Amino acid sequence: MSWELRIDTDRCIGSGMCAGTAPDLFALDDDHAHPVREHLTEHDERALEAADICPMMAITVRDANGTEIAPR
Amino acid sequence: MTATDHAPLAYPFNSSEDLALSEAYERARATPGLLRVQLPYGEPAWLATRYADARLVLGDQRFSRALALVHDEPRASEGKRDSGILSMDPPDHTRLRSLVAKAFTVRQVEKLRPQIRELTSTLLDEMEAAGPPADLVDRYALPIPVAVICRLLGVPEEDRPRFRAWSDAALSTSSLTAEEFDRNREELRAYMAQLIDVHRKEPRDDLMTALIEARDHDDRLSELELVDLCVGILVAGHETTATQIPNFVVTLLDHPQALSLLRAEPELITGAVEELLRFVPLGSGAGQPRYAREDVEVGGTLVRAGEPVLVAVGAANRDALRFTAAGTLDITRSGNAHLGFGHGVHHCLGAPLARLELQEAIGALVTRFPRLHLAGDITWKTEMLVRGPRVMPVGW
Repeated sequence: MSWELRIDTDRCIGSGMCAGTAPDLFALDDDHAHPVREHLTEHDERALEAADICPMMAITVRDANGTEIAPR
Repeated sequence: MTATDHAPLAYPFNSSEDLALSEAYERARATPGLLRVQLPYGEPAWLATRYADARLVLGDQRFSRALALVHDEPRASEGKRDSGILSMDPPDHTRLRSLVAKAFTVRQVEKLRPQIRELTSTLLDEMEAAGPPADLVDRYALPIPVAVICRLLGVPEEDRPRFRAWSDAALSTSSLTAEEFDRNREELRAYMAQLIDVHRKEPRDDLMTALIEARDHDDRLSELELVDLCVGILVAGHETTATQIPNFVVTLLDHPQALSLLRAEPELITGAVEELLRFVPLGSGAGQPRYAREDVEVGGTLVRAGEPVLVAVGAANRDALRFTAAGTLDITRSGNAHLGFGHGVHHCLGAPLARLELQEAIGALVTRFPRLHLAGDITWKTEMLVRGPRVMPVGW
């Protein structure tokens, strides 16, 4: 029952908020962030928080049914 | 090497009476390693001036803001300030930030565009009706962000003169003693606490009410955190934008080609604002030092655990290793990953709102007045953390 993390690179401005909040879940390239792993087997609340605080709302988290659970 | 070679350089470098970037930054960027600097108060610090170094220090969890509270933090004024959310690390920082983040997302903020457009238009009508010259700061730059943040947060706009003085003091540097600074902060807190009481009794559709609910129903923040968060949003929510509007106008008037291009192609405003955010060094100097939690190598210098690093974003924004023609204002620049809003967990919360206000304010002004010009000497803010005109007479 894993969660799926996605980052919309068209929206992402590389603010570094997500990678700063949860560096084991998100990493930063030159201009954009990407999830370290696209599927999270352990439900990590910080993934939801990162989606909540992204200034560009570029991060989405979906549950195993494909339902969007963050940003909330 | 003599002893003086090792003595930290006096900091900040920038003059407070213009918007230039001190040449000392160029020398620092070109010199391997970090510079050692000494602010008026607190311990000496390392100074990062290159883009890559700036991103590392601001974005890496091996650096902490909260540790500044237990050190003699390098600072511009005598009083040590607990900057609330800006003095926190994750997870405390994330907890508070996620409470307010929703109000400032691009999607949410974009809904305000029509009212901000109407506001700029009304203010310009009033300026035109009164006739030139007009003080751009008092008649235009300040009323826009003040009105927007007051409505959003739920603060009466007519209290502007009161919190203007408090907010000036909150961002002032050497002119205040520690006692004056503390007294000012307590007055501002008392003002906000009284507004919170009013909102508690009569909930409204604003951010303050939402934060009160997060405290009272879900216990997600303490009462003091609630007060300080509202104070922080009020101050940060208008001061920097109000300062950057005249700064951007001064800069465009200094670059007539860029200004004509923007007038000919108003749709360039989005990129123009990004470029101005990169090009204009707002701060009189770097603040909010980051403390290393462990030994970290930055730009050829080994920063030891417990040492502070200051990040000069104005200098990093003109790093030729990252930006082509870094010293040139190019409003058509693409891939402009500037650090004007900072980087990492403390990246400006209000960035989408600031962008929107700057786009609308600058776009409307330069379009309305094709012959906009300075109509007298600018009076600059002095002894403030941000640089910019206090009074700016303009004609058209």
